[in-house]
Amino acid sequence: MAERMHRCDVAIVGAGPAGLSAARAAASHGARVLVVDPQAAPGGQVWRQDVRHGAPGPARALRAQLARAGVGLLLQSEVVGHSGSRLFLRSGHEAASIDYGTLVLATGARELLLPFPGWTLPGVTGAGGAQALAKQGWPLRDKRVVVAGSGPLLLAAAATLRRHGARVVGIHEQASRQAVAGFAAGLWRWPGKLLQAARLRAALWDVPYRTGSHVLRALGGHALRAVELSLEGRVVTVDCDHLACGFGLVPNIELAHMLGCALQADGAHAHVRVDQWQCTSVPNVFAAGEACGIGGVDCALVEGEIAGHAATGHGNAAGRLQARRRRARGFAARLRRHFALDPALHALAGPDTIVCRCEDVPMSALAAYAPGREARLMTRCGMGPCQGRICGSALAELGGVARSGFRPPIFPVPLEVLAGFGDAHPAGQSQEL
Amino acid sequence: MGAVTGIVHLRVDGRQVAVVAGSSVAAAIAHAGATARESVTGQRRTALCGMGVCFECRATVDGRAQQRTCLLPVAEGMEVRTRG
Repeated sequence: MAERMHRCDVAIVGAGPAGLSAARAAASHGARVLVVDPQAAPGGQVWRQDVRHGAPGPARALRAQLARAGVGLLLQSEVVGHSGSRLFLRSGHEAASIDYGTLVLATGARELLLPFPGWTLPGVTGAGGAQALAKQGWPLRDKRVVVAGSGPLLLAAAATLRRHGARVVGIHEQASRQAVAGFAAGLWRWPGKLLQAARLRAALWDVPYRTGSHVLRALGGHALRAVELSLEGRVVTVDCDHLACGFGLVPNIELAHMLGCALQADGAHAHVRVDQWQCTSVPNVFAAGEACGIGGVDCALVEGEIAGHAATGHGNAAGRLQARRRRARGFAARLRRHFALDPALHALAGPDTIVCRCEDVPMSALAAYAPGREARLMTRCGMGPCQGRICGSALAELGGVARSGFRPPIFPVPLEVLAGFGDAHPAGQSQEL
Repeated sequence: MGAVTGIVHLRVDGRQVAVVAGSSVAAAIAHAGATARESVTGQRRTALCGMGVCFECRATVDGRAQQRTCLLPVAEGMEVRTRG
């Protein structure tokens, strides 16, 4: 089976706000644009299609504009490798390739999920994970849900869960009361965000919001039954059917790394390094949004727009956007400071707690080995299909050692698809990060 | 196909389920009261990240193994297997 070949001026990986915004800007200069995304509908995570409530207004408007501009969408498609300026993809169940002139990486972020006893029980998901599943039609009516972890995403997730009929019994934010109050006090500088926060609080007025509180254990035999939490120095047990627990976001940088783009450490995690035109260290490769550091939807929109202009040689059109970009990044920096993770969270996993969920590697198995390659070779930690996206990021957070050693294909790909790539094998780097 | 508008029928481990059109297969598995996969040491697992990253929601769909069911919309008459 030969690959299905596509050709375009600007290829954009990721159909979230950054990718769609980049597509609009690039198409406005007459470029042939192709956007690739693994989901069945565009929107990314924050604009995800909801089976009951549709897509948010701004997402619908942008999609309509892109359709009119003739922007191509390649959905249910995932980039797995590259060779020169050709991307290799799994597209549905088939092999595909894209030859591009310039490339915009709008690969977004995933949730930071930290191991704690019981986190592998069915009924425990990420916080953003629970929100995504709710929008996919996950049954939540009358389910008792505890929301825990860190960041404003907890409120957004709780509101979505409630909208789908869940009984949210509590929101447990690990940041201290002072940190959260300090964050809220500075929100007047971003009126849009203040309004959004006020709306969320109003929608959740009767749900207890606890600060300085974090999960200790998930309890249950074959499925979740209750969760044990630390609350103001006490240990409390709350009965529930679902625990939605996430500790913030981490940039998806695997594709940028494969392409050789320079990365920048940001605490325990890395993001793509870009200049003010969103250009990476690799010529003709741009990046925008969460991949360049967690910044939220406003950052994604403005950086996508800059990237779309710059990727079509119209960087001058992006000059007026720089102030908006700085402002959005300023909000992100504030968010990160106020919701910094409590080091107590690093000690949640016990010796028997599974760290690598793909290969069922417990914490105790890792103790004898140096983090990274040695631990991987000896225990298979990070060698499963998620390729360390979950455990690697968790261990980076716990140990302060950046995840390393990922290599193409950057997602598992069926042999029949791999065979479809023909003579031009996906190339890439295999050096340690 | 005899489907009520907006409702899709599929089978999860032989059990018939009806879900809203546009739902993911992962959601349909949950509606069937099932979990998605068995881990390498025999634990039952189900969707964790909801966005195609963690691979915990893998199941066999229409004979294709190892499908991330959170990325896959339901289709009328689909056959989903979570065991064996």
